Amino acid sequence: MSDLSRSDVEKIAYLARLELTEAEKALYQRQLSAILHYAERLNELELDDVPPTAHAISQQNVMREDVVETPLSMDDVLFNAPQTAQDQFVVQAILDE
Amino acid sequence: MNEETTHKIMDLTNLTLTELQTALQNGETTSTAVTEAMLERIVAIDNDIQSYLTLTDELALAQAQEADERRARGDDSPLLGIPLAVKDMICTEGVQTTAGSKILEGFVPPYDAFVVRKLREAGAVILGKTNTDEFAMGSSTENSAYVTTRNPWDLSRVPGGSSGGSAAAVAANLAYGALGTDTGGSVRQPAAFCGIVGLRPTYGRVSRWGVVAFASTLDQVGTFGRTVADCTAVFQTIAGHDPHDSTSLDVPVPDYEAALTGDIRGLRVGVPKEYFVEGIDAEVETAVRTAIDKLAELGAEIVEISLPHTEYALPVYYLIAPAEASSNLARYDGVRFGPRVAGVDMIDTVKKTRALFGPEVKRRIMLGTYALSAGYYDEYYGRALKARTLIKQDFLNTFDQVDVIVTPTTPTTAFKIGEIADDPLQMYLQDIFTLSVNLSASCGISVPCGFDSQGLPIGLQLIGNSLQEATILNAAYAYEQAANWTGAMAEQPL
Repeated sequence: MSDLSRSDVEKIAYLARLELTEAEKALYQRQLSAILHYAERLNELELDDVPPTAHAISQQNVMREDVVETPLSMDDVLFNAPQTAQDQFVVQAILDE
Repeated sequence: MNEETTHKIMDLTNLTLTELQTALQNGETTSTAVTEAMLERIVAIDNDIQSYLTLTDELALAQAQEADERRARGDDSPLLGIPLAVKDMICTEGVQTTAGSKILEGFVPPYDAFVVRKLREAGAVILGKTNTDEFAMGSSTENSAYVTTRNPWDLSRVPGGSSGGSAAAVAANLAYGALGTDTGGSVRQPAAFCGIVGLRPTYGRVSRWGVVAFASTLDQVGTFGRTVADCTAVFQTIAGHDPHDSTSLDVPVPDYEAALTGDIRGLRVGVPKEYFVEGIDAEVETAVRTAIDKLAELGAEIVEISLPHTEYALPVYYLIAPAEASSNLARYDGVRFGPRVAGVDMIDTVKKTRALFGPEVKRRIMLGTYALSAGYYDEYYGRALKARTLIKQDFLNTFDQVDVIVTPTTPTTAFKIGEIADDPLQMYLQDIFTLSVNLSASCGISVPCGFDSQGLPIGLQLIGNSLQEATILNAAYAYEQAANWTGAMAEQPL
């Protein structure tokens, strides 16, 4: 692959919802390109017939009894929020009128 | 304070955790006395080391008093009244938990992590929260948004990371033991740099519930101690199944302390040729080879082995861990916890708030987002998952032939603060000997095995198969007892 372009970096930053300064964009363009080049050594491996490993020790369908537990109190849940009202988290409007 | 008081405090803080257990059981001291001694020492010298981000002195003294009362009623739990430190990646009810990040500044968890609850139930005293690279991403604590912890052996050097605060605290006698987290080597590498013992258990052996998530298929809580027995005592208390963590394994917890017999006759010890290659410091290699000779003297059978995919572990790790991190860290949006930086609309607010992440965290979020993005998923993340299979298979094949794998913990001893901070790839190479343990289903421990010519500690890594913590703990214990570095490792200058 070729190096990341400035617009690649801007696109990734948008997907990740990160506001970057111009200096950060330049830095990450250079550093991410170097790291991705390093990762290209994985192309030396023949992987077509190798199954992926997401979890080294994987458990499937871990179930528990359907018993109601005591949840955190509303005060505890809202305690760390930057803005609350009427027992809810307050955010800016997402939909236009 | 007068000279006599200083001497008394030194005596108490010099004790190992197991020596303190005996002293408390025999009524020679009290939890209140040792907690006061520890807090005084922290106030006296932690300005130089900066191992703690938050000191919970009032809580600690209250816990100590409660522990003394429990003991007076006949309670003799192993960790009762023992002062410990907890990495700031681990939630503590009512005590700020920052993960070393400005994006969690002021966050006060409404609950304890499972491991913290276990410590509290056992009656342990929690002295405070220790420094970490931001979201445990780093190998030096230089990525902490708050302070850089210093290595007690040389204040111009890093303690390792990301659990560098916990490692430095234990090494400098500012805690009798500590919790860390290990996603790619973050317990073992700082243990090696600070001359102490650090255990990374098998994935699932310890609950991750209440631990700030970095890379969820790799994260695991580990323990630090000045000796193998100390490290084991803390591990014994936190190991076990937790219904709140569906990846936690519901298998019995062995008596690890009873497994420390020091007898390793007939133990098959594999030495992987791929771990003794260019880039490893000559003094580190010599110390590790000498340690391997010692294991042979103790009756272990030394076997040359090969882990052929070792060189691919680093690129695999640095695709998988950032990919998982980019997903986990999506939750920091300034809505439910942490600070909010207001923008013109919701997306702008989220972007501005997330600018509070530090440079390494942003770098990994960017890398992970790219590796998972449309058009690149197969090329990067997908290939990394397949290569992970080959690395895991290397270990499974090897554990048919040997019981333990022995390697250096790190390629070098502790480096200078600032020395490689500007070169992410150089920093990532710090983890080259540790991260295969996380990618496979193995467990690993670092135990001191000598010093380089500058007087800096060197670590020996012992790797075991899934859930074979008892085997590596006993091998480390046998080595520790025979090689007898413990006295010299306690002589750190502060």
